[in-house]
Amino acid sequence: MKHLNLKVKVWRQKNASAEGGLVEYEARNIPEDASFLEMLDILNEQLQEKGEPAIAFDHDCREGICGMCSLSINGIPHGPSATTTCQLYMRHFKDGETIFIEPFRARAFPVLRDLMVDRSAFDRIQQAGGYITARTGSAQDANAILIPKPAADKAMEAAACIGCGACVAACPNGSAMLFVGAKATHLNTLPQGQPERNQRTLAMVRKMDAEGFGNCSNHYECEAVCPANIPLTVISQLNRDFVKAAVSESVQ
Amino acid sequence: MKFLASFYGSSIGKKWVVALTGLMLVGYVVGHLVGNLQIFAGPEQINQYAAMLHSMPKALWVIRAVLIAGLFLHVFTTLKLAAENKAAKARQNERRASTAPKPAKKTMVLSGLVLLSFIVYHLLHFTVRSTDPRFHSLPRGEHDVHTMVILGFQNPLVSGFYLLSVFLLCMHLSHGLQSVLQTLGINSKSLRDTLNKGGQTVSWILFAGYASIPVAVLLNKLTVVAP
Ligand code: FES
Repeated sequence: MKHLNLKVKVWRQKNASAEGGLVEYEARNIPEDASFLEMLDILNEQLQEKGEPAIAFDHDCREGICGMCSLSINGIPHGPSATTTCQLYMRHFKDGETIFIEPFRARAFPVLRDLMVDRSAFDRIQQAGGYITARTGSAQDANAILIPKPAADKAMEAAACIGCGACVAACPNGSAMLFVGAKATHLNTLPQGQPERNQRTLAMVRKMDAEGFGNCSNHYECEAVCPANIPLTVISQLNRDFVKAAVSESVQ
Repeated sequence: MKFLASFYGSSIGKKWVVALTGLMLVGYVVGHLVGNLQIFAGPEQINQYAAMLHSMPKALWVIRAVLIAGLFLHVFTTLKLAAENKAAKARQNERRASTAPKPAKKTMVLSGLVLLSFIVYHLLHFTVRSTDPRFHSLPRGEHDVHTMVILGFQNPLVSGFYLLSVFLLCMHLSHGLQSVLQTLGINSKSLRDTLNKGGQTVSWILFAGYASIPVAVLLNKLTVVAP
């Protein structure tokens, strides 16, 4: 197997209130079949051997499904391939290359330490409206609610969002419209989501604004980096749903 | 009132204001071009058109007032959004890369502000007529738009700034038109490419239309006709 020697410039920051900066390290002997996170694991071992503090970064499943991994790699959230950072392999890089590794940057995503950012604003947006109310008790027959195939497909596509926040990091405005668009479209498209549709849309957009995300100005950088291929049409659907909801709220 | 305040207070509401006023301004850009192109049909045609517009001063002033209010809202709201966006991304990464680059997108605010200065100049030039004393004694009287436009564009500096401005306008629209539709919620997977290409085609047709007049004047294809 081929091995790589790399220079990495990593954002180091002690805690949320400390000033951070880029620090250069040599990552030696990295197998090209290692994932990007495994490269950081190897680098961390090398650092710890020297008695230096390990680089903090987020990760969990390492299978591309949980949305926990982040990192802006050479300026692109999740780096050069159309996947999550945990599914990015070192064969995408050249021997001797310098790689910039920085956090997912936005005002609404404050840095906690090194490469870890606080993405709990997403959870709060979800709590504001990203749910349906269902009665408890025995589940009804699965076929009792008919769902047109196009609606099922559209909802499924939007539901693929893993909430990683790459869209916010890629957006020059730090806007969360792709995430909120996906979460709202997912439920707004299904029959089960109809009773709370307007309320959901208003609550999620208002929470999004309150959390300090920017405004979408249709740059579409979000769509280009999304590891779950969420299409920007969820944003136009959100734009439509929000105004419908706002108007109907005002005439109630 | 409460509705308007909360609507304008939201991110999407502000974007709708920019989109709707943008759409109105595009409507004006199209209508204005239809008026302008009549210059190729000779002095009678375009001068009559100008006289017709001025024969209904009330309607003219209502349209002007609506356009000015729309323009103000469009610019003011965009600047507000841009300032909020800057704050939402207060700190930038050292290394930044664009995966969906397009010069027209990145320069919307800049092209818009240059256009704003052009609009002010253009109004002083042809509507208020405070920049060129010749416009106060036109051979066919006050509504001799034909002579006025040709005299104006014979100055290469005037034509040059005009061409630059309509180029920026069409660049602004090449992103703006599809952006307006996306914001108003008119987009879907099947429509997307058509809307994109349609917006760009319309923009560059508008550019060709507007640019044709100063170019024709500079090439002496359009000349002052003695009454
Ligand atoms: S660690 Fe779960 S998606 Fe990357």
